[in-house]
Amino acid sequence: MNEVIEPNLGETLVFWICGGLAVVGALGMVISRKAVHSALWIALTMINLAILYVANSAPFLGMVQVVVYTGAVMMLFLFVLMVVGVDSSDSLIETIKGQRVAALLLGVGLTIMLVAGLGAGLSGAGTIGLDAANAADGGNVQGLARLMFSDYIIAFQATGALLITAAVGAMVLTHREYWQPRKSQRELSQDRFTDGGHPGNKPSPGVYARHNAVDTPALLPDGSTSAISIPAPLRARDDARAIDVNDITNVRRLTEGESE
Amino acid sequence: MNPSNYILLSAVLFSIGAIGVLVRRNAIIVFMSVELMLNAANLSFVTFARMNGNLDGQVVAFFVMVVAAAEVVIGLAIIVTIFRTRRSASIDEPSLLKY
Repeated sequence: MNEVIEPNLGETLVFWICGGLAVVGALGMVISRKAVHSALWIALTMINLAILYVANSAPFLGMVQVVVYTGAVMMLFLFVLMVVGVDSSDSLIETIKGQRVAALLLGVGLTIMLVAGLGAGLSGAGTIGLDAANAADGGNVQGLARLMFSDYIIAFQATGALLITAAVGAMVLTHREYWQPRKSQRELSQDRFTDGGHPGNKPSPGVYARHNAVDTPALLPDGSTSAISIPAPLRARDDARAIDVNDITNVRRLTEGESE
Repeated sequence: MNPSNYILLSAVLFSIGAIGVLVRRNAIIVFMSVELMLNAANLSFVTFARMNGNLDGQVVAFFVMVVAAAEVVIGLAIIVTIFRTRRSASIDEPSLLKY
């Protein structure tokens, strides 16, 4: 177990490329104003960390990183961002005066302290490598499985309990009670008609042959257009397509029995 | 290249995550920074496992991932609940709790 394994040139390249991209992603996450951009930046960081795990002779953890972090956790983040609102961005008002500058100073100081201390402490450290440990059980996954189901069995079962608790907790936290009884179909229908609602379907948009897009208003028998036939959001944005007068005269000629 | 470079990288990522927690006001981004710090710690676990030649570090990193997944589920549920009542995901808003 005394042999020291020198990482080769390929690993050096992987480290500098993926490590650099991971740092870029982390910085982008902290700097970008919009939360969605932050989520995408940190997904970049996590994928690069997965590659670094694989380079660090932890192929199983690399795959778990891709599946759990970039797959499950980041998608959950994006999902919650969609619920909370994609446009949610930070307010620039500082509630505590000078907090941002102090935090930056603290962070830079932490970086310098950690890098200097660890760099000095690890400068002479050799590396044993995992080849022997992996070979003992026939592979990385087998070795991890043996440890997990023997030495770490208590921790493994505790994480099982933790996951169940988390799932139940999430359901309890996001559960919403109805404070009023739900409306029945009869009450919904009465609500719809008592204040003078339209008793049938609304006219569908664009019912003549030239266009069938939803922004085309329907033509009424007298040649005018029906405003309620286009969806309300398009009406609110004034996005209804203008009607060509020639179309209307054509329709009128055809309904009066002329042939083209 | 010495594998201790991985440790230095993880220190840098951890510090960036710490800065994010301190600077950002959006609860979701603060949460992402916490995830970054957990990932940085995982990277050093994996590297130490390799340097010491046994797999215990990798097992611990695996457990950290499981705990992080559970933490994300609960944390995001709390954020959604707060957002539902206060219409905001800013961490300045729940400071009213102290009165």
